[in-house]
Amino acid sequence: MHTLADKPKLAFYWCAGCGGCEESIIDLAERLLSLHEKADIVFWPVALDARHRDVEALKDGEIDAVFINGAIRLDAHAKRVKLLRRKARLVLAHGTCAHMGGVIGLANLHSTRQMLECAYRQVPTLSDPNSPLPGDADKMPPEAPLLPDLLPAVLPLEKIIRVDAVIPGCPPPPETMDGVIEDIVHGHLPEKGTVFAHRKALCHECPLRSSKPEKIEITHFKRLFEIHWDPEVCFLSQGLICLGPVTRGGCKARCLQANMPCRGCFGPTEKVDDFGAGAMALIASMMAGKDESELLETVESIPDPAGLFYRYALAASFLGKGVLS
Amino acid sequence: MNRRILIDPITRLEGHGKIDIRLDDAGNVASVFFQVPDFKGFEKFCQGRAAEEMPTLTQKICGVCPTAHHIAGVKALDDLFGVTPPKAAQTIRELMHTAFIFEDHLLHFFYLGGPDILVNGAAQDKPCNVFAAVEEVGKAMGDRIIRIRKKVRALNALISGSALYPVCGLPGGVSKPVAQTSRERIVKTTAEALEVAIQVLNFFHEKVEHRQPFKQQHNDPNFSLQTYYMGLVDQKGHVTFYDGKLRVISPAGETFALFPAQAYLQHLKERTAAGTYMKPLYLKKIGWKGYTEGPDSGLYRVGPLARLNVAKGMSTPLAQLEYERLFNAVGEKPAHNTQLYHWARLIEVLYAAERMVALSHCDDLYDSRVRRLPTHSPSEGIGVCEAPRGTLIHHYQTDERAIVQRLNLLVATQNNAGAICLSVEKAARSLIRNGIVTDHLLHQVEMAYRAYDPCLACATH
Repeated sequence: MHTLADKPKLAFYWCAGCGGCEESIIDLAERLLSLHEKADIVFWPVALDARHRDVEALKDGEIDAVFINGAIRLDAHAKRVKLLRRKARLVLAHGTCAHMGGVIGLANLHSTRQMLECAYRQVPTLSDPNSPLPGDADKMPPEAPLLPDLLPAVLPLEKIIRVDAVIPGCPPPPETMDGVIEDIVHGHLPEKGTVFAHRKALCHECPLRSSKPEKIEITHFKRLFEIHWDPEVCFLSQGLICLGPVTRGGCKARCLQANMPCRGCFGPTEKVDDFGAGAMALIASMMAGKDESELLETVESIPDPAGLFYRYALAASFLGKGVLS
Repeated sequence: MNRRILIDPITRLEGHGKIDIRLDDAGNVASVFFQVPDFKGFEKFCQGRAAEEMPTLTQKICGVCPTAHHIAGVKALDDLFGVTPPKAAQTIRELMHTAFIFEDHLLHFFYLGGPDILVNGAAQDKPCNVFAAVEEVGKAMGDRIIRIRKKVRALNALISGSALYPVCGLPGGVSKPVAQTSRERIVKTTAEALEVAIQVLNFFHEKVEHRQPFKQQHNDPNFSLQTYYMGLVDQKGHVTFYDGKLRVISPAGETFALFPAQAYLQHLKERTAAGTYMKPLYLKKIGWKGYTEGPDSGLYRVGPLARLNVAKGMSTPLAQLEYERLFNAVGEKPAHNTQLYHWARLIEVLYAAERMVALSHCDDLYDSRVRRLPTHSPSEGIGVCEAPRGTLIHHYQTDERAIVQRLNLLVATQNNAGAICLSVEKAARSLIRNGIVTDHLLHQVEMAYRAYDPCLACATH
């Protein structure tokens, strides 16, 4: 553990994010006002009027801690986070996208060309194969600034720079953010490699925990629109896919509290390297068909395994580094 | 061209953007380019996903307005499966959506664009942000706004799982009823929300409306655009956030179109351009005529001021009085000055609070029958709602297994995208003259887009 100067300098930055992680800071509410008294927030575009040149003007290592959310989608993101790494003593991956790529990592199922063609030429409100694409060099207006390019694949933050600690969650609970920021402001810096969540799986804090049977056997997985399920019984035991057993706890089971299953935004527990592989192993272990044809039916009852098991973690997977289709 | 001014990044909004201004030899503005360097590709990577996951998946477009995506998404699923949710589910959804607009509008007023009109009047060098806004409004008022946002977000967490990302929406209803035991808490929170809304409006009238920079800008033609407007209206033609028909009016205030969201393809079209990832929408029947205003341009606007412009009034009494006050003060309807978005937004805060109070007393809210199972085979569904920043449409096409084959997302800020670019250009041309460029002037240029409360993550989904 090391300590900070008297009034620490903090920064919050976003790459390919959604603003939800920003809300996890704004949700500190009145405690955000006291943070302003205890720390200098030198860069936080959603709330403060600083420019990139202000960050460039800082000395290397001058920022005590930077919280970076969002995935790395554009070449400009890689450039910005490298700069922030140089300027900051501590880098925290803030939220699921910085941690594992998040839902936008599902883009890695396609080529960047396919992604752009769909959004800028094929959607029903365009339906024009000749529409300009954002990066078309020959159609670029002379007054436009350089447009950042898409990287070939979405990447988690740690694939670009060294990350000192991770705050999982889409987005992380504000209470977790409060705790992490409080500690840093008071000079208690996290050990390298800290993950601000539970070591154990979500099941340990699930309100339905007591109803989870020792052994679960499923012959047909059900879809959420197909049945009325029992809100007091474990989803898996009712044939509905829930990824709680392979997901880190620490969210207070917020989706379960709303009578919905876990989709894994906190990422894998310490025992699992590849979230989707772990999730598939879990689900496969519950399949109860007698023979190959029954098992095949069971497998086919899962709609969209890629999107379900790798919903948040494809970009962090060994499967998700490039183009699959 | 001999000088370039780059505002990078633009700030106090959701998402990434930069403004590139080029000056001519005389130091006047030669060109302005508003660039959004951001792209996610939801319309592609949601293909192949299970339809029932759309409300929780597509809402990741925006963590600031997730509830709007969740609502548009779940309404598209109702349409997809041909299922009508029970009254309780409709009431729960409308309450969570209305509560969300209440707190999100206050987020803008206090943390994002609002400080522009709250703080900047007295001292030009003063930082303009939430911390300065608290000083300006006083600690008591500041605390009240911050705390009511927290309470209303907690109310939404209670109903929907999380204020940060709701998860309760399912085709035909919601996943969980609201317990009778929560009634007292919900009624109390909504009553307090109404008290704060009234206070905020009073504060606005006393301290902001007649003061610089708001007074000067909301009368300045350079901050005004003569455009079409679009928004949802209920059967009486009043503002509604949750459901209704889309009304489009001309710059002169005449009805140009009135249609259900299911007919959106006949009325709206997107445009792409090299140099930015943002796709502006425009009125199909008029066509794209460039970044120009007036009745011959297909540019239209959405969001708080547009909603008030297209509506005959508000369905709640206090908001109706404020609605009349705005149009009396401005002396025209539709009102075209962009800075009036700030004022209209606060009127919607009041409407949202009144509506939340009404819904919290509604017995349907606490009924336990919250979901009907679909019986139809899915093929296509369209859902609409008014997001805080304007009209939001989700359109899903699936196979018979309810796997998404194609989707189209028309997101609030896309409707405003053309107007935002034009507003910034107009402000820059009027403010930057003879080579004189100061931080204060550039700040005013930024005020031209902030009044819209743009969400550029949404605009480049």
